[in-house]
Amino acid sequence: MVEVQLRFRDDDAVADPAVTVDAFGDQTNAAAVRIEPGDDARDLLPHLERIRLVEVNFPSFGDGRGYSAARILREAGYTGELRAVGDVAVDQLHAMRRCGFDAFAPEHPLDPAHTERAFATWPEVYQATTDDRTPIWKLRHG
Amino acid sequence: MYKYDQYDQAMVDARVAEFRDQVRRRLDGTLPEDKFRPLRLMNGLYLQLHAYMLRVAVPYGTLSSAQMRVLGDIADKYDRGYGHFTTRQNIQYNWIKLEDAPDILADLAKVEMHAIQTSGNCIRNISSDQYAGATADELIDPRPYAELLRQWSSFHPEFSYLPRKFKIAVIASATDRAAMRLHDIGIEIVRNEQGEIGAAFYVGGGMGRTPMIAPCINAFVPLDQLITYSEACLRVYNRYGRRDNKYKARIKILVHELGKDEYTRQVEAEFAHLLSQGIEPPLAELERIKVQFADPAFETGLPDSVDRSDPDFAVWVDRNTAAHRVPGYAIVTISLKPVGGIPGDATADQIRLMADLAKEYSFDELRVTHAQNIVLPHVRKADLYALWTKLDEAGLSTANLDTIGDIIACPGLDYCSLANARSIPVAQKISERFAGREAEIGELKLKISGCINACGHHHAGHIGILGVDRKGTENYQLLLGGSEGADTSLGQITGPGFDEDGIVGAIEKATEVYLANKQGEERFLDTYRRVGMAPFKEAIYG
Ligand code: SF4
Repeated sequence: MVEVQLRFRDDDAVADPAVTVDAFGDQTNAAAVRIEPGDDARDLLPHLERIRLVEVNFPSFGDGRGYSAARILREAGYTGELRAVGDVAVDQLHAMRRCGFDAFAPEHPLDPAHTERAFATWPEVYQATTDDRTPIWKLRHG
Repeated sequence: MYKYDQYDQAMVDARVAEFRDQVRRRLDGTLPEDKFRPLRLMNGLYLQLHAYMLRVAVPYGTLSSAQMRVLGDIADKYDRGYGHFTTRQNIQYNWIKLEDAPDILADLAKVEMHAIQTSGNCIRNISSDQYAGATADELIDPRPYAELLRQWSSFHPEFSYLPRKFKIAVIASATDRAAMRLHDIGIEIVRNEQGEIGAAFYVGGGMGRTPMIAPCINAFVPLDQLITYSEACLRVYNRYGRRDNKYKARIKILVHELGKDEYTRQVEAEFAHLLSQGIEPPLAELERIKVQFADPAFETGLPDSVDRSDPDFAVWVDRNTAAHRVPGYAIVTISLKPVGGIPGDATADQIRLMADLAKEYSFDELRVTHAQNIVLPHVRKADLYALWTKLDEAGLSTANLDTIGDIIACPGLDYCSLANARSIPVAQKISERFAGREAEIGELKLKISGCINACGHHHAGHIGILGVDRKGTENYQLLLGGSEGADTSLGQITGPGFDEDGIVGAIEKATEVYLANKQGEERFLDTYRRVGMAPFKEAIYG
């Protein structure tokens, strides 16, 4: 398994192997699930209470479906770990974080100096998501 | 005009810094080209046949004199003294060095400009009506809504890796001057029966190899749900748009394959969910933006007549000016289609001159049109002659707006690595062949693409030309009957293609059929629609 390089959580990492979305519904004790680009994140919504880790796989960084999957889970109130795995590069980190990812396991380890800069690039943000950043329109109008 | 506040400026400055870092990593080898490519594309930097091309965003086509001046300076400093205005109301430079790109972006940021998302599989620069805020036929100025969408779509965290590029146009006039229904999302600002202002959403239009006219999926989205509704449209597309085949990846294919009703149902369901998420800016934000698009200080009591004693000037006035909503003013279009020239090209000096003229005669404002011309939106009629004289001295007084010489042409094989055929030389030949016949032939929109990707909008031309590759030689197909206005339609192919000289001859024949069959004030398109393809085919191939 690829190592988690960045994690923005205090709880203990889930060691369980992640099962597929299809298998997950039948395995009443599974706590970790892996979403592939073609999976519907909403299939997991009935089970959010028992999920502690969702891995979202990015087989190729250019396939952006995982960003929507992440937001859908967070918008539904999921609070467990949301981990981006696969072809994750430093230039995607900021947007992924905004979509609700709080752990990153890139298949090629990232240079820590670059990752630090990636999270510090944007002084503000234009859009509201479920993260704790205040969008610019709210800064303007309170 | 919209002015950046400290937040907008900080975002653009951050982007410059980020891109500078990315270019540095590319040049020192830590960032491989395949990873760098999508990043440079999101900053408008393409690798073309001979050099890098940088595309600079002109949001909703509106520019101040100061911005236009910088565009001229960039052409001198970093390019070969030219800028090329595009069908997306942007400007591009064809001879850029990678090392210079961060400095160019820094120069642009100083005048509140950028190249953000002018390419790549993301939401592109928002386009609009070039006569916005000036024309008598609009409901309201559409640009504040476009600016609201610009901010929402800039660096959108969820929609930076869409299946394919995504283009949005916003208009507020039934006379559609922005080809609204040929966009991924076309928004028309409308008034409902209760007298409220809202937005009609047309989704799934586009050109390319499978041209589609966007259907209306919601005739009235309230203004305080505009962003949320857009987000729902995009999310359904991001999740379900095809990613297996780049030629089937645009939203038009999704809407077509799902069917308009099913796509709409999914959008409405996502919309209902997103309404609970608090992602919509307050109406106060729209008001803040609107104030900045307030009218300039128009004078009242100005004379509404024009001294037409100079016949060349009179021809230009008739051809290149349009009615302004304020008495005593006119909307002027400066044609960037001189006879035999490259459509949309301007020299650095011409760009700076247009900047100066805008300052002197048009309240500091210019517009770029999707037909690759420049508009001075607010000119006093009393100043028209002085303005024309200065344009004439600079080779900018061609009186051919919307006529056969006012050609839209993509860069084609002269620059573009995807091209099958050259577009520019064909445009030059046609404009030379028909020069001087503008009054006789009248309105005739001619559009040329160098390949099936249709950047030259050939499907939407009254006459369209498509460059194809036939056994290794350049060949041109002819289409008739397209239109992009309120009466949007797609052109039909006449039959077998032609070589470069043959296509010019075929167009000549088509214009002869028109002139022979024309009734009353009919335009080429009207006659074609009335008599159909048959007489044209017969004349061209018979
Ligand atoms: S239509 Fe084809 S040749 Fe022309 S610019 Fe587009 S991709 Fe290039």
